[in-house]
Amino acid sequence: MTHPRKWLIPTLYILFLMLPIYGLLAMSFKTTGEILGGFSFFPQQFTLANYKVIFTDPTWYNGYINSIIYVVINTVISVSVALPAAYAFSRYRFLGDKHLFFWLLTNRMAPPAVFALPFFQLYSAIGLFDTHIAVALAHCLFNIPLTVWILEGFMSGIPKELDETAYLDGYSFPRFFIRIFIPTIAAGIGVAMFFCFMYSWVELLLAKTLTSVDAKPIAATMTRTASSSGYELGLLAAAGSLTILPGAVVIYFVRNYIAKGFALGRV
Amino acid sequence: MNKTLNQKAWWLVAPVLVLVAFNAFIPLMTVVNYAFQETFGNNVFFWEGTTWFEQVLRSDRFHDALVRQLLYTGMILAIEVPLGIGVALTMPRKGPWVSVCLVLMALPLLIPWNVVGAMWNIFALPDIGLLGHTLNSMGIDYNFTRQPVAAWMTTVLMDVWHWTSLVVLLCYAGLSSIPDDYYQAAHIDGASRWAIFRYIQLPKMKRVLTIAILLRFMDSFMIYTEPFVLTGGGPGNTTTFLSIDLVKIALGQFDLGPAAAMSLIYFLVVLLICWVFYTLMMRNEEQ
Repeated sequence: MTHPRKWLIPTLYILFLMLPIYGLLAMSFKTTGEILGGFSFFPQQFTLANYKVIFTDPTWYNGYINSIIYVVINTVISVSVALPAAYAFSRYRFLGDKHLFFWLLTNRMAPPAVFALPFFQLYSAIGLFDTHIAVALAHCLFNIPLTVWILEGFMSGIPKELDETAYLDGYSFPRFFIRIFIPTIAAGIGVAMFFCFMYSWVELLLAKTLTSVDAKPIAATMTRTASSSGYELGLLAAAGSLTILPGAVVIYFVRNYIAKGFALGRV
Repeated sequence: MNKTLNQKAWWLVAPVLVLVAFNAFIPLMTVVNYAFQETFGNNVFFWEGTTWFEQVLRSDRFHDALVRQLLYTGMILAIEVPLGIGVALTMPRKGPWVSVCLVLMALPLLIPWNVVGAMWNIFALPDIGLLGHTLNSMGIDYNFTRQPVAAWMTTVLMDVWHWTSLVVLLCYAGLSSIPDDYYQAAHIDGASRWAIFRYIQLPKMKRVLTIAILLRFMDSFMIYTEPFVLTGGGPGNTTTFLSIDLVKIALGQFDLGPAAAMSLIYFLVVLLICWVFYTLMMRNEEQ
């Protein structure tokens, strides 16, 4: 049944995935002169100058700090409000529950381009423009529905007897929820956090629209540099390579649950 | 699972409701305001009725962008779904290579979208990029900033690179839930490779595949950043998809009325297709 050359397809696929990343990495170690001088597969004059600029210039490294701050705030907000809601959807019937669930999902379908301008006006009006919390709250629009969806999937897999036994043992709802239920679905929470991190980290349109200086994400710093200061490809490549790093670290932590997580806990 | 009736569950949902409604209703109402009215600033509005909607629905520009969008979404689904299934079927099931495969494959999913665009821009540059240089030195005339076909191919290839792993991971999750006994039984019965796929693996993947297609449809229909950074919608308008066109009208030309009307039509198209899909999926599951 197993073909001897079965590994060939995944290997070729991964090779295809790695090529553009390699191109970016290679370019980040080249000097501007070498980049513009023509193509070379390996950097000829290996340099760390591009990385040095990023780690010493505050406009660059602040971009990373800003991005990480709003991503973390968003993850904390999304998961903590989605936990009780997902529990309600997985355990109870209530008036309008199915409609509410579908309405939540429709927000995941809203094109960010549609909301960019109204978001700008809304967050300017309430005085939150150019703050980390504004981006974190705006990203809740698509991250909360997704988190509820994932957590509901994981919670539905846990038999209801667990709840009933705990209540019989005299646990109150908050105590049961924090002491017993949350540890039971820890894997699901990890996966949900991973997804919040992922979608908040990769999104640019809203993050860029809602910030100007103080909370400007690294992705926006990159686009502005690309257009203003000529074409510093090496610097751009170095900044891009560094944005891959947090994702790689986060994937490593959830690698055992990742497949189940992408199936939204519903396998 | 049989759920108990409990109206107090609303209290558990309330925080989610408040946060999402804050982000969804107020901006949506702003869009609706602009869509039906004309404004010259200072919060003074004049009722315009459905003028903007008629204008958008009749304009060739909107039709072209919509057709391009449908073609693009159709193309990437036609490539990513079979490719994703193929890779998932051939992936190792056990052993240390599983983690390696999963981590490497998930990597593109966690790269900021504008970096994906910039990376592919660098990768495809005709003279100094890895892909562009290789193609040109093989004698293929390739320049994605000038040739519409090359720009399309590069944009599609970029999306395949970026998102096929999502399909792979979902299918893999479905496949790994199949017990070994099934395969042994099939082996004893002398089932062919195709029969195993058709009657064991495909049914198990059906549910996750639906999620994969739904997610890929939604996200590709909303795509903005990656093609914008890669091609800027060019050459000409050849890769201007709906979101790119919308941002051009709203922020570039500041035509708020038509932009708002287009936003609503756009959102409704996505909702409609997703709703049809969702209903079909639910009906299928009941059978």
